[in-house]
Amino acid sequence: MSGMRVVESKLDPKNAIYSFVIPAGEPWIHEIKAGQCFRIVDLHGNQAVDTLFYNANDTSDRYSAQDTIRSQRNIYLTTGTKLISTAGTVLLTIIADTCGRHDTLGGACANESNMVRYAIEKRHMHACRSSFLKAVIEFGHGMDKRDITSNINFFMNVPVTPEGKLTFEDGISEPGKYVEMRAQTDVLALISNCPQLNNPCNAYNPTPVQILIWDGAKA
Amino acid sequence: MSDPSVLWEETMQGGATWSHVLKRGTALRITDTEGGANVGAIFYNFECPAERFNMPDTLKAQHIARLTRGFVLYSDMGRVLCSVTDDTVGWHDPIGGCSNAALVEEKYGAASYQDCRNEYHKNARDSFLVELGKWGLGPRDLVANVNFFSRVDVADDGSMSYHAGNSAAGAFVELRAEMNVLTILNTCQHPLDSNPRYDPKPVLLAIRRVAASGPEDPCRISRPENGRGFTLTERYFL
Repeated sequence: MSGMRVVESKLDPKNAIYSFVIPAGEPWIHEIKAGQCFRIVDLHGNQAVDTLFYNANDTSDRYSAQDTIRSQRNIYLTTGTKLISTAGTVLLTIIADTCGRHDTLGGACANESNMVRYAIEKRHMHACRSSFLKAVIEFGHGMDKRDITSNINFFMNVPVTPEGKLTFEDGISEPGKYVEMRAQTDVLALISNCPQLNNPCNAYNPTPVQILIWDGAKA
Repeated sequence: MSDPSVLWEETMQGGATWSHVLKRGTALRITDTEGGANVGAIFYNFECPAERFNMPDTLKAQHIARLTRGFVLYSDMGRVLCSVTDDTVGWHDPIGGCSNAALVEEKYGAASYQDCRNEYHKNARDSFLVELGKWGLGPRDLVANVNFFSRVDVADDGSMSYHAGNSAAGAFVELRAEMNVLTILNTCQHPLDSNPRYDPKPVLLAIRRVAASGPEDPCRISRPENGRGFTLTERYFL
């Protein structure tokens, strides 16, 4: 498959059964039922939406970045990508994407990774993995840091070069671009709307994103 | 075992699993004795296994999608679990992941223990889970792994391809433990291995005592990020 598959959705936001705006720096956790369609809208452009998915019936079966990219033999997520779990379950399929490319190698920021990447004095700055932890602790069901694994960065552009370098390129998203997926099983979605202020990927300005969900029958 | 610093050696047969708490101040040398080996590996802080190898942090701190001498393996807590202190291969794969039972049966057919005794077909995911289980760990602890001796190339369009012939007989990589590191290994074939035959290769493991990293250590000074990673690791032991 190619690295870019821009496909628009036929779904009308007026028919969505759920709409929610996640402010910058906040987590969001929500169950998406099999057959429902789930859209993330990059309202202001180039906002990193750090996302994990779990099989809602068994959260030890969760999104696997390595299984997902290996099964499609491509590191970029776009229309047609099946999001695969550690046990080989297809959790969701990307069915529309007006951005064209999403990262799953760059991971989520953390207090500790910011200390390594930028400066030890950055420990205090808000980070995605703190948002993930807050959300799963409040959600309960015994989830904890062991459940915070390698995530998707929707709307981020992180190419790998033929020489084996990982690069962080300027964003290719814009205000209003979106990615949409259909749940293939009951899925627990966990998002950290990234608060990173040290990285030019979001122009040093984290912004809100919108979530929309459609019922399968009404879609 | 002519090197007096070598504490012990052990051959890992093809398709085998292995685990050990690699102590701070020791190093593990893995030698591809026949050529074409693959060693799947995940690393944990033995004292608190919730701290474990973090593939994205390792890649983004060093701006790499391959591992070789001079790079380090980061935990999710900003600390260095292991440093790659020596390497004759030049490219070890951190993105291709592990095989599973369905993939191995699809590629190589079914081969049960009943029919094949210890030549039965093993896969990397089940191997990781069995070895993790011996330490009280389970599926929630299964994170993205490294594949030593294997190489996956990425083209401009993002497509991934297995690079056959990456490792020759006698090639080796050495990992110096910077913490007490629970090391989980298996010698199953790489999931993208282009060899149509089920043919996992053995490796030789050798553990020896080594000096701690000094201020001019190549892994420490290869990037400013790694200098901070070593500082945070040293603070953990203060």
